[in-house]
Order: sequence, then C-alpha cells, then structure tokens
Amino acid sequence: MRVGLVVPCYIDVFYPEVGIAALELLERLGVEVDYPFDQTCCGQPMANSGCEADSRATEEHFIGLFSRFEYIVIPSGSCTHHVRNKFIAAPPGPERDQVSKHVYDLIEFLHDVLKVNEFPWSEFPHKVALHNSCSAVRGLHMASMSERVHDPYFNKPKALLEKVKGIELVDFPRHDECCGFGGTFSATEEAVSARMGYDKLGFIQRSQPEYIVSSDMSCLMHLQGCGRRLGTEVKFRHIAQLLNGDHA
Amino acid sequence: MSVHPVVDQASNAARFLADRSREEYFDTLMWSLREARDRSASEVPEWEQLRDLGSAIKEHTLSHLADYLEQFEASAKRNGVEVHWAHDAHEHNQIVAEILSRHGAKQLIKSKSMLTEECDMRRYLENRGVTVTETDLGERIQQLDDEPPAHIVGPAWQKSPEDVARVFAKAYGSDPNNAAPVYLAHEMRVHTRALIEKADAGMTGANFAVAETGTVVTATNEGNADLSGNVPRLRICSVGIEKIVPTHRDLAVFIRLLSRSAVGMPITQYTSHFRAPRRDGEMHIILVDNGRSERLGMEKFWQSLKCIRCGACMNTCPVYRRSGGLSYGSTYMGPIGIIMMPTFDIRRFSELPFSSTLNGSCSNVCPVKINIHEQIYAWREVMDEKHQIKLAKKSAMVAAGEVLSHPELYRIVTAAGETTLKRLPRFAIYNDFNAWGKHRETPLPAGQTFHEWYKANRRKA
Ligand code: SF4
Repeated sequence: MRVGLVVPCYIDVFYPEVGIAALELLERLGVEVDYPFDQTCCGQPMANSGCEADSRATEEHFIGLFSRFEYIVIPSGSCTHHVRNKFIAAPPGPERDQVSKHVYDLIEFLHDVLKVNEFPWSEFPHKVALHNSCSAVRGLHMASMSERVHDPYFNKPKALLEKVKGIELVDFPRHDECCGFGGTFSATEEAVSARMGYDKLGFIQRSQPEYIVSSDMSCLMHLQGCGRRLGTEVKFRHIAQLLNGDHA
Repeated sequence: MSVHPVVDQASNAARFLADRSREEYFDTLMWSLREARDRSASEVPEWEQLRDLGSAIKEHTLSHLADYLEQFEASAKRNGVEVHWAHDAHEHNQIVAEILSRHGAKQLIKSKSMLTEECDMRRYLENRGVTVTETDLGERIQQLDDEPPAHIVGPAWQKSPEDVARVFAKAYGSDPNNAAPVYLAHEMRVHTRALIEKADAGMTGANFAVAETGTVVTATNEGNADLSGNVPRLRICSVGIEKIVPTHRDLAVFIRLLSRSAVGMPITQYTSHFRAPRRDGEMHIILVDNGRSERLGMEKFWQSLKCIRCGACMNTCPVYRRSGGLSYGSTYMGPIGIIMMPTFDIRRFSELPFSSTLNGSCSNVCPVKINIHEQIYAWREVMDEKHQIKLAKKSAMVAAGEVLSHPELYRIVTAAGETTLKRLPRFAIYNDFNAWGKHRETPLPAGQTFHEWYKANRRKA
C-alpha cells in the first residue's frame, strides 16, 4: 500500500517531530510512505480568509503532487477537511476529485482503512485529556457530536488512544466546544480567541491531566500559547507521537 | 452606498471581555440554555426527523412563497383583517404611522418584535409624537437603558439582575439594591400595567403566520403579547414574509421545535393565535419584505430565510457567548446575524463573517437545519469578490498565495537556519503574530524543519 504523506506547513516549521512520528508510525504499520518533496500547503489559510482566488495556485500545486496517490494521509483534521470538503479553488476535474476523494486524516486512515488493532510498541503511563478539533468532529465526523443527542456515541481518536498501554484518559466539561483557534480568527479576533483558549484549558485542567493530546496540532499550538502565558504545567502532544511509542 | 461605518465586532468584543465577571456570567447563562436544549431534545426520540421536517416545510413554503402569501392575505381579509404590504422598513413605518394617525392614537404598547427593531420603528414613531412602550420585560429593560436587544429571545440576558435593579431604580425610583427577580418583575408590572390600560393601540410581531386560516401566532412566556394584542381596540401586527407556514399541521412541527431549541422547554407559557379583530376594534397585518425577496434569490443564502428565531445558534456559539450580543452592532446577532446582516448592508457588516471559528455547532443545533457555518464561509468569499476585505489582510493573503504555490520560495521562507520571528510563515494565522501574542506566547520554530530532517535522513540521493 502506497501512501502520500502531507506534512502541513505549521507542523513542518514548528512541530517537525509530529511529521516524523506520523511517518515512522505509518512505516511501522507496514505502509510504504512517499513524502512528495516539493509540497507546501493545502491552501486553507487563504481560502479560510475568503481569499479563494489566492489559494488557487497553491491548490493546483497540491493536486499536481498528490493526485497520483491512492491514499493521501494528513496528520491534521483541519487540512483534511479543507482538501476533502472545501477544495474548490482549482478548476474542477478528475484530478481534483481524485485528491478530495482519497484524502484521509491520519486517525481515519488508521481506524477505518488499516483498522489497526494494537500498537504494541506504545506505552504512555500518564493522565491524558483528548481534545478533538471541530474539523475532526463536525467536519470529518471522527467522533459523535454533542449537539446530535440521539446519535450513537463514537470517538475514533479515543478508540485508538485506548489501545496505548498505561494511558489514563480523563473527561472534562464542554468536551467538544471549540478551543478558539480558528485559523486567521486567532489573529483577527485575538481577544475572543484567547478567552476561548483559556476557558478550554480551565475546563480541561479540572481533571488535572499531565498531557493534552489532539490529532490537530493547530489547536494545540494555540492552547500551548495560552498555557505558556498562563504559566500552566500541562504538556502537549500530537496523537501520532503517542501511537508511535513516545513514552513522555 | 452605506453611510454607516464598518462594524468592528472584534474590538467591540474585546471591550466586552475586559469585564471578566460580566463575560463569565453571560457565557454561563447562555451555555445553560444550550444544555437545556440538549436535555429537551433528548426527550424527543424523533428530534432529528422533526428537524428534517421543519426544514422541508420551510423550503417548500419559501419556494412557493408568493402563492402562500396571497392565500394568507385572502384568509386574513375573510376574517375581517386589513392587510398591508410593505416593501421596505420605511414603508412599514409609514403604514404604522398612518394607521395610528387615522385613529388619533398617541400611546402605543408593543410586545417584542425583532422586525420592528429591524425597521427602527420606535424612533420613527417617537419623532412623530407617538409614545411607544415595550411590554416585554427584557425589551422594556433595554428600552429604559437605551440599548438595542442583545439576544433575539432574551433581549436583556446580557444584564445581571443587579444591572436590572439599577436600571429600574433610575427609571422607576425602585430599590437599587434589591435584585430579587420577583421584586423586579413586580416593579415592571406596576409601572407598565397602567400604560397598557390606557394605550390607544397595541402591536406585536409574529412567530408564524398560517396561510390556510390567516392566523398570526405568537409564542411568549409573559403573556404580554396577549395584552398588547387584546387590550387596545386597535391592533397592528408586523410580519416578515418568511414567517408564513401553509397549515396548522405544519405549525405544530415548529411549535414542538421552537421552545425546546430556544430555552429547553417543551412549549412556551403562551402560544397565542390571533385571527380576527375584537368585535369593537380593528386589526391590521403588515406583511414586510425589507430585503427578503432579494435574499430569496441568492443561491447560497436563501436558506437563512428558514430561520424561526429560536436563538439556539447564538446560545451555542462560543464566539457570541464571549463577545456579547451588542458587539455585532446589528438587529440580529450571533451566527444567524452574521449570515443575515450583510444582505441589509454589505459594507457595514463586511467584517461579521470573520467573527467565527467555523466550528459548526450552530448548524447542528438549528431546528430548521440552516447550514449556518457554511454560509458564513461563503460570505467570506463574497466579501473578497466585492473587495470588502481589509487591505492588510488581503495583501497578506496574496503574498501567502504566492509563497505557498512556489516551493522554492516556501523553502527559503521556512528554512530553519534562516528563520527569525520576522520571517516565519505567519500566513497560517494571517501574518500577524503581534495580535496573536497579546494574550498568548508565540510558537517557537524548531531547530530543523520536517523538510530539512527528511532531506538529511531519508532522501534517496
Ligand atoms: S438560524 Fe436556526 S438556530 Fe439560529 S435562530 Fe434561526 S432557527 Fe434558531
């Protein structure tokens, strides 16, 4: 099985260890991973700001690099949501469709395609709070949504984390309320964005976890920024790092 | 051309947030309504089917709107009601003023109506010598404090009981230190009952207008719509044309959805059906367009006309709860406000679509399944097309588009050795770490990018 790996721009620059963990994890699971060397970004920052025309060239570049893959895997719910559901800046065509239809968040790929049952190399003997991003929950339906009170409960990232030895997952109030990142929103509406981040940390810390873990590093970048300003001790990890066997 | 300045929701919100206790009070109150809505929806096994049905009935009605409006008019006339058509806010206000002056009416009592807010009717009438008294508790509080509603269901929810005690003390001379709700409600009643009794005319909005019978329906908890509607001989009812439902069977679906979505109660205290004037009186219904027909023709946005004004999207919106309702500078606020207001004035409300994280919770709670967050996203594009995006942001996006579509450029900008805070790929958050850094630490670039690591460790020569 051949997979094209996308390493989102903010992971590339700020959190390379997350890209490495995703790559190594896929390889451990017997997947042949290609990292198209000329990749940049999926176009989301511009499109998300209304500037769809300005994301066109970037999306075309993305299509050029990734349309040959049967599986395109991104360790980011928001990028996956963009490529799957909002990828309309480039002109329509079979290659664009191919990319949108074959893109997976890393969690979906592990849970739904590979159907991984165990991560024998993993062990994380810590108290962990799992934060699922809005893109993951309401965009990609990786977990049931709190507003849909009659839907059966499911939570794919959680189901995978439960396979990690020694992990203790804790709950917290308003578990799928937005953390306040929102891409450009975090700068244009910085006061509300930060307040939402502080509140999210406040709710999570009621159960005193050592780590906050998510499949979206952009939420964590924001929460980490808030946490450092507030002087909190809690640490942040991408879910790929835990599944790949990081012990701390 | 718009004469109003662009509403700066973000700065307004920052001012609201500066008072932490107020913000926390509002957020907690709004979230408790969201929780009440969840509990209430979970008690109705067919909840999701009801939402589908509500949405389908509205879509059907809106796509046959002209027919149903005519049917409504004919039914209302049969009931002895005088029906008026208003093309816009100004025409609506003129019609009201004309009806009142025909009867020499100077004292108007009114039960909450967002439509009359939309038309800025109170000011229009007061300039013509008519005294308008709000009879809805929340609306009256806002009127006495000279503030517009902060929420479409509870106009004064942004105020604490202590705030209300202060407002009443100033207006009524009541005890400023007694914030007990029973005391405040009593003060309100004492001071408005007299006005209701001697009013010349009464006015209400409508939650629904039933085409088959010509009935207008209001859903309230205080019963004051009944007072405004029944006490004076002259009754005027303003109805937005999107409020039409075909039959009473259809109405039942919305009655089940409305109050559960709004405040988590199965039904409001009063669901009042007004069909005909009292025997010795007159009843007027004004059907108001004010931009609705135009919106109906907008492919991406017509679905916002399905709205039944329950406010659930506002209660669940994490941005609204932390911004306050007044920050939107508009008649309708929160998620539904964001997608409706630009149709009234695109320039003035050009920033509103950016006051959202696009988290999607609003669309999930909406009882008539409006794709609210997708419309917010679509409005952003419209703002770009119509050149309503701020120059600084637009330039940043053009530059980002340039860098991100050219790998060589991208590598230069992101190269770890070269990276200083000045040259980081700030595009991810719109080139502005200064704003980001006000309340947060900025992320630190790693010693080596993933790309460089890959090149050093994995790239086959
Ligand atoms: S958009 Fe939907 S949730 Fe919001 S007020 Fe209207 S009906 Fe209620």
